[in-house]
Amino acid sequence: MPNKLIDIVQVSKSFGDNLVIDNLDLYIRENEFLTLLGPSGCGKTTLLRILGGFESPDHGQVIFQGKDMTDLAPNKRQLNTVFQKYALFSHMDVAENIAFGLKIKGKTQTYINDKIKYALKLVNLDGFEHRTPDSLSGGQQQRIAIARAIVNEPKVLLLDEPLGALDLKLRQDMQYELIRLKNELGITFIYVTHDQEEALTMSDTIVVMNQGYIQQIGTPEDIYNEPQNAFVADFIGESNILPATMVEDKLVKILGVDFPCVDIGFGRNKPVDAVIRPEDIDLVKPEDGIIEGVVTHLIFKGVHYEMEVTANNYEWLVQSTDMFPVGTHVGITVDPFDIQIMKKPESEDEEAVAIEE
Amino acid sequence: MKSKKLLSGPYLIWSLAFIIIPLLIVVYYGFTTKEGDFTFTNIAQITTPENLKALGLAILLSLVSTIVCLLLAFPLAMILSGMNVNQTSFVVLIFILPMWMNFLLRTLAWQSLLEKNGVINAILSFLHLPSLNIINTPAAIVLGMVYNFLPFMVLPIYNVLIKIDKDVISAARDLGASNIQTFTKIILPLSKPGIISGITMVFVPALTTFVISDLLGGSKILLIGNVIEQEFKQSSNWHTGSGLSLVLMLFIIISMAMIAKYDKDGEGSIF
Repeated sequence: MPNKLIDIVQVSKSFGDNLVIDNLDLYIRENEFLTLLGPSGCGKTTLLRILGGFESPDHGQVIFQGKDMTDLAPNKRQLNTVFQKYALFSHMDVAENIAFGLKIKGKTQTYINDKIKYALKLVNLDGFEHRTPDSLSGGQQQRIAIARAIVNEPKVLLLDEPLGALDLKLRQDMQYELIRLKNELGITFIYVTHDQEEALTMSDTIVVMNQGYIQQIGTPEDIYNEPQNAFVADFIGESNILPATMVEDKLVKILGVDFPCVDIGFGRNKPVDAVIRPEDIDLVKPEDGIIEGVVTHLIFKGVHYEMEVTANNYEWLVQSTDMFPVGTHVGITVDPFDIQIMKKPESEDEEAVAIEE
Repeated sequence: MKSKKLLSGPYLIWSLAFIIIPLLIVVYYGFTTKEGDFTFTNIAQITTPENLKALGLAILLSLVSTIVCLLLAFPLAMILSGMNVNQTSFVVLIFILPMWMNFLLRTLAWQSLLEKNGVINAILSFLHLPSLNIINTPAAIVLGMVYNFLPFMVLPIYNVLIKIDKDVISAARDLGASNIQTFTKIILPLSKPGIISGITMVFVPALTTFVISDLLGGSKILLIGNVIEQEFKQSSNWHTGSGLSLVLMLFIIISMAMIAKYDKDGEGSIF
């Protein structure tokens, strides 16, 4: 297990009356691609700005390689930031932009020239030295912003929704590009986004945040397959979140019907939430299903069809490559393995962080 | 397309009537004698020692005023651009408020403030402090210029400063620049267009003014503007007045060209 690189200890931050981060603890390991994921206003960007040194926390500490850097100025930190809107220096050409940090550090011209060449090659923009930022596309500007940051050989690269302003195709290309970059550089990436697909694609670790709290930390697979609460389940992908009762180990009663599942340890007859992903629901002949319903909506989505099936007064969202026309009577089955059981929020505090529908 | 061109019609007529035709009249007077013969003598009037002195002094005082305005305006614009909108509008209001009063009145007010027996000296003598004798000196003229033209320096600089993305400044800090380096390498170069238009808007009216020098310089200090005014009003010599005006225009064109050249050279060679 790689070492802890950054340790965020009990950090709180508010702007006026607005508590943005509440007593947050998090550590970041060396050479990790960590994503802070959450809706806007969840505190993810503020946390990144605290790491970059652009905001100081009201309480708590940020420890970097064992040393407290909470009050260190941004220019004294061994990390660099890639900003959402690139923030290139418009009065300098590409080479001067990339050279900025190195010139400040007093590196020799030969060293700087080598670095510019290397960085431009790394971001696939060889020969762009003397272009001005204005003459570049959004994607190219973002690559220059990345090049400008990495020539300084930071231990950590902070990325604040860097792909937010790009179109879908370019965004997908850049996702692969970023993974490749991270592997070539061998440094830690801390990435902020509200785009769950981006987070799932690129991250080693995802930190799901909402209203200043961490909701769940885990690998993309953990987060997607085993969301710990309704917020995470709803925010990551689409899902059916159903009120249910845990009858006993490995048996859950959803909408009055018993479903076999694999979860244990919730006790007997305890109220829970059951999460079922739309792609995990199998539609079969009415007599073969655990529960019977009628298709009420049908949309073609390209890769699959998306249907709504009304069964026991609940609209089940179903994704399938098989098409069932509206009005078809179908049976619904779910593999026990595909049902994720979550504890109901108990306190009001926990309730507050659940998403409002 | 054609109908859009028509929209510029009123302005074209305006500029023809009040800019181009008067300019042609000035050119005509500048190059003719009273008898209507072509001549360079009016232009050559600038070479008399008194007129050269007046031109030199006008250039010197407007340069000094421009520099003082720049030194005062830049920090103020920086502070304003860092404030939130509510605070800014209040400070800008305080700043703009004097401009709601007539330009002549404000300058007259300075005259009575600075006079030998004026308000400032009354207060100073009440406090048993040495009196201030700057009325009718170049210093008083510079003060009047700075006071009147300062807003024209602040506003263009403020306008470029608020357009600088905060992230650009954060990025400079992030890449290792100290506050001072961020200022000299990022903020200053990016605000150059505002500085240049501020310089233009202060230097040109300061160079041509005759009211400020008249009121605060007494009749002792003549700037080129006063000389031209006297030619027109006291000597009723429109020919010499026009000739000197043309020379002054030439100086303004030269100084604008120098600023424009500096701007072009400056681009891209910040380091």
